[in-house]
Amino acid sequence: MRVMGSETEYGIHAPSAPGANATMMSARVVQAYAQVTRLRAAGGAETRWDYTDEEPLHDARGWTLERGQAHPSQLTDQPPVLDAEAVALAYGRDELELDGEDESGSLLMNMVLGNGARLYVDHAHPEYSSPEVTNPAAAVAWDAAGDLVALSAVRRLAGDTELPPVNLYKNNTDNKSVSYGSHENYLMPRSVPFGDIVRGLTPFFVTRQIICGSGRVGIGQDSSRPGYQISQRADFFEAEVGLETTIRRPIINTRDEPHATADKYRRLHVIIGDANLSQVSNYLKFGTTAMVLSLIEAGLAPKIEVHEPVAALQAISHDTSLTAKIRLMDGRRVTALDLQWIYHEAAAKLAQDTGVADAVDGDGHTHAVLDRWAATLTQLDSDRAAAATSVEWLAKLSILEGYRQRDGLAWDDARLGLVDLQWADIRPEKGLYYRLLTRGRMQRIVNDADIAAAVTEPPSDTRAYFRGRCVSSFSKDVVGASWDSVIFDVPGYGRLQRVPTREPLRGTKALTGALFARHREAGPFLAELLGNAPAPPPA
Amino acid sequence: MAGQEQQQPQPRDSEVEEEVPAPPAPAEGQASASTQGVDDLLDEIDGVLESNAEEFVRAFVQKGGQ
Repeated sequence: MRVMGSETEYGIHAPSAPGANATMMSARVVQAYAQVTRLRAAGGAETRWDYTDEEPLHDARGWTLERGQAHPSQLTDQPPVLDAEAVALAYGRDELELDGEDESGSLLMNMVLGNGARLYVDHAHPEYSSPEVTNPAAAVAWDAAGDLVALSAVRRLAGDTELPPVNLYKNNTDNKSVSYGSHENYLMPRSVPFGDIVRGLTPFFVTRQIICGSGRVGIGQDSSRPGYQISQRADFFEAEVGLETTIRRPIINTRDEPHATADKYRRLHVIIGDANLSQVSNYLKFGTTAMVLSLIEAGLAPKIEVHEPVAALQAISHDTSLTAKIRLMDGRRVTALDLQWIYHEAAAKLAQDTGVADAVDGDGHTHAVLDRWAATLTQLDSDRAAAATSVEWLAKLSILEGYRQRDGLAWDDARLGLVDLQWADIRPEKGLYYRLLTRGRMQRIVNDADIAAAVTEPPSDTRAYFRGRCVSSFSKDVVGASWDSVIFDVPGYGRLQRVPTREPLRGTKALTGALFARHREAGPFLAELLGNAPAPPPA
Repeated sequence: MAGQEQQQPQPRDSEVEEEVPAPPAPAEGQASASTQGVDDLLDEIDGVLESNAEEFVRAFVQKGGQ
């Protein structure tokens, strides 16, 4: 359908060492996975990130924020230096005493994985950024693969006899006024005016939470009002459009960092989503958003303008009955379901007109997304028990309501808060989502074998294939990588060889699979790829 | 700083078994399979929930993120 990918920042917690430094713990997670992959000889254990093309201060509206004006957390184009000074600067001196185990002096903060993903320390959380994929089912598979990556790190750390075990949670808030993100990325043509994106996406983003919200116990950033709401993230959004991702979070994020040929492409960076464990919610989040972007590109997005979108976003999140009406600028008052149906109708018409949903000649995905989207909206309206097997916030709510009825718990009871938190524990034996999945109460989009394969295998149809195969085939010779480059240090070449990968749909298995099959050694591989034999050694 | 959460025996299981009330009698024989399923599910979840909910939830404090 289009190139897309996910980013997940995991909540991190060591119950036996409350207050342990989160950045240090996150680095332990990355380190642990490096140890696991080394044991499996999967390679790429210490591939550095290449920051050359990171441009976090470029604004899609046409300007660049000066570094001096930026919040320190916006400077994501420089490697984090985890020294005592940096930790103190970020978190205060008193954090230093807690568990500053840094025997090597340089903890591993970054990995490029054999499946084409990136695993790294982002601020104070471990983050998995999925490889680029081309459809929502693959997005679900490689996003869920990240949960398995995180799980194997957790298992490894559980066997650590020196330091406390670490839990990871695929959620977005600690319910004490802090939020951390789950982002989506979509490739778009640069030619689409950014204003069209803002107008076309805002009403959709205000309402899509009813199909892909993860549910949250507590209302307000600090959860001070008892209750349950649809979205983990909604209460943390304060602006309609903006560059920031950690403060004054905007519904539409303007970070313009294409990680690709900049005059051709835009990478739309979406920060408003909840992290999803439910495969159907995750699938619809990527699939429907990709289709709305197609509507915008075709100039056919519904002509809708929401009155006060931030307030509407929160009003919808706070209304689990789905009956709340929000005001449009033309005076109409509509429910979130109404707005979603308007988008569905427009997307279905465009798909029919262009033929992408055709059973034979279509793209093989659009039809399935449209059907699932319609079925889910219908269930949300008339059969919520059925919807609870796929829509994450409803599935979580069904457990919470069970407790409330059985034990007479009020919404501010700590056990309900624990259910909310433990829903997202990535350990299958502790995570409540996984208990439902095991019982067959959650629908699937991909099977466990495909998710397990996605832990080590890159997608075949994007440049992630090239990146992942380079890392797994030539581990000892790849010294750096990024979304749009792979850097080799090969004997015989006088200097580092940086292979640009600025076209997301090149570097595929179809284009490079045979090349990888022909070469076991990086030198001859590079020579054929670059068409340049290494210079003869100096006499 | 050892892994206490992993290593300590969890008293929760036995406590829970004593606390779990008998399933309420179905009203007018309407107990459906799904109701029974929810009861079973809650029993299972009782067994995996961390002990001391209040303390566990309070201690889950995160630094800011994106």
